[in-house]
Amino acid sequence: MPSFYHETNTIFGTHRNPVLQWIFTTDHKRIALLYMGVMFTLFFFAVSAALTMRAELFFPGQQFLDPHTYNQLFTFHGVTMIFLFIVPGIAAALGNFILPLMLGARELSFPRLNLLSWWLYITGVVTALSSLVSGHGFADTGWTFYAPYSIRTDAHVLSTLSAAFILGLSSILTGLNFVVTIHRLRAPGMTFFKMPLFVWGLYATAWIQVLATPVIGITLILVILERTLGVGIFDPTKGGDPLLYEHLFWIYSHPAVYLMILPGFGIISEVLPVFTRRTIFGYRSIAISSASIAGIGYLVWGHHMFTSGISDMARIIFSLLTFLVAVPTGVKIFDWVATLYKGSIILATPMLWILGSIVNFTVGGLAGLTLGALGTDIHLHDTYFVVAHFHYTILGGVVFMFIGGLHYWYPKITGKLYDEVRGRIAFGLMFVGFNLLWFPMYIAGFLGNPRRYFDYLPTFTIYHQIAGVGAVLVAFGLLTVLYNFYRGLRSGKEAGPNPWGGTTLEWHIPSPPPLENFSKIPYVDFDPYEYENGEPVVEFDEDFRRIR
Amino acid sequence: MQQEMAYDMQGNPHPVTEFKDDYSGAKLGFWVFLLTEAMMFGVLFLLFFIYFYRHTGSFVASSGDLNVWLGGTNTVILLVSTYTMGLATLMMRRGKIKASALLVGVTAVMAIVFLCIKGTEWNIDIDHGIYLGSKALGTMNKGEILFFGLYFVMTGLHGLHVIAGIALMGWVLLLIRSGRIKPEHTIVMKNVTLYWDFVHLIWIVLFPLFYMIGV
Repeated sequence: MPSFYHETNTIFGTHRNPVLQWIFTTDHKRIALLYMGVMFTLFFFAVSAALTMRAELFFPGQQFLDPHTYNQLFTFHGVTMIFLFIVPGIAAALGNFILPLMLGARELSFPRLNLLSWWLYITGVVTALSSLVSGHGFADTGWTFYAPYSIRTDAHVLSTLSAAFILGLSSILTGLNFVVTIHRLRAPGMTFFKMPLFVWGLYATAWIQVLATPVIGITLILVILERTLGVGIFDPTKGGDPLLYEHLFWIYSHPAVYLMILPGFGIISEVLPVFTRRTIFGYRSIAISSASIAGIGYLVWGHHMFTSGISDMARIIFSLLTFLVAVPTGVKIFDWVATLYKGSIILATPMLWILGSIVNFTVGGLAGLTLGALGTDIHLHDTYFVVAHFHYTILGGVVFMFIGGLHYWYPKITGKLYDEVRGRIAFGLMFVGFNLLWFPMYIAGFLGNPRRYFDYLPTFTIYHQIAGVGAVLVAFGLLTVLYNFYRGLRSGKEAGPNPWGGTTLEWHIPSPPPLENFSKIPYVDFDPYEYENGEPVVEFDEDFRRIR
Repeated sequence: MQQEMAYDMQGNPHPVTEFKDDYSGAKLGFWVFLLTEAMMFGVLFLLFFIYFYRHTGSFVASSGDLNVWLGGTNTVILLVSTYTMGLATLMMRRGKIKASALLVGVTAVMAIVFLCIKGTEWNIDIDHGIYLGSKALGTMNKGEILFFGLYFVMTGLHGLHVIAGIALMGWVLLLIRSGRIKPEHTIVMKNVTLYWDFVHLIWIVLFPLFYMIGV
């Protein structure tokens, strides 16, 4: 059967030119691959920026970067990693590919809107990067664009702001598409509590995208208007209030961290049952905790502002609410651990990444509680402790989950298998390197090393040097992953439809999937993860009639 | 096209929803989109309330400078135009295609009139030296700067939505002409009507906030 690589639907009928076939495609699987390609290219750019900073920080004092360039470099790293890579990240790349397959749908609800999202994303990328080559150089504000500095600085903030706005639009449209698809295109019989948990993660994510992103959108427009026309809404000299900017910014950007992590949690919940060969523990509690994280995540933005001068009452309330988020997150973690208990664990590469991510995320999450407590936050605010915390959750957590998911669905996407040994080596390098890189930062931050500075006191040298070694290992780990995927594509073994013994619908169709996924839509009257003696219970015949 | 069925283990058929021409899906999608619009305007309203609370005196005083008659006329125009747009959809559903197209045209004309009046108002303000970043505005007190800042941003954003609405109505007219909106296929028209309702609702809130508090 020809796969979606051989035939496609495009927005203007059929093209013979393969490039046009790709960039005008309305097929969700091709669009997912387009996202993936651009996203990971940018990811490696941002990693290079990080390595450059690490090299500068290997010794105290100035080596080869001046402070201003350093500011631009970490802004580039932040903006690229956050807005261009991890926010669209799992949802736009893996979600786009897998969501319709898991639901038993032939497409997303709005295929053309999906293509528009990708084009908007590309426009955003070009706009963001244009300031690298034009005029005053990249923004130097950090990825948060705090007013009034972002209104005053000479650096090229306008293009970065506009880029973030356009990317927000793209993100909203993806979210809208997913919400409608999940509501409308589930296969007959699939109720909400029969959906795979990755879909639940994407569903919660989509609502955050829809409800939070417009807030940052209009906020960024106001900053753009401040810079161009001088509106004065965040400018204290005109009566505006910069604190309001921080509020509005974090009303989006705090939920946005859940927008990054929730699909990642979904990946964990997919991989665990398959590689422990048993039903996931507490299916409903995992599903509902995704939704409650999305909900509570809205109410905690103030914990970014404990030292900004908001009232004590507000700080106490935000601190309390912040602790509340840990409850559904804890529920998830315990459910996963309970799934592992007495399971026949298969330590394949996707499973290793998932287990690594659970460890890293737990370390990062617990450090998050330290920061959520008022007293300790005053001490740790804007130190390397914070940097370590969010890299543990986002890099050690989300990116590990992302890479785990890429390994897990690699056979489905390419139809080939990667090399297992090389996969494990890559994981080992990354896991060791990652912890070497970031754990010393907790200590340096605790001892008072501030973040964002391009220099530090000589007493902190040892932490930065250990981190530097870790960074090199991480880079090698990433390159090994990349090489492994490349080799798999070139000379990997044929994967067959279901190499891991998965139970969700995407494992019942050929790999790579045909253009419209399902020749016949199946009827779903079973739970997503049913195993008996280590084998999937549900079987279909070639007409997608259930036979077992 | 025949309705596709999925069969369970007992062989009972269950209808499959396809992504093509999914009326409820398109409607749901549009409501979700309107939700994002509401969030966006919501932020601006929030800012308005916060600054109103801080500078009540100057907000009331600056509001008195706006021309409540022009604003009021615009409110009436928008109210009537929502009515005609709704009526257009109703006519389409009843199969009166010509009447429907006419009503859409009337709505578009009213939207254009709205923009002209808005433009006149802005012109008067600009003649008085009041526009974003102007010198005259810079000498006023902080409450007044904020009031006019918000006034231009919010009515400007609303104006952009009106322009988008006019474009959408033009598109609807084209679709009616080419027969792609039919009495039995009105989802695009229904969504444009919803959009126009939203635009008019925003104005219904904007009007008292900016024009009435100083009367």
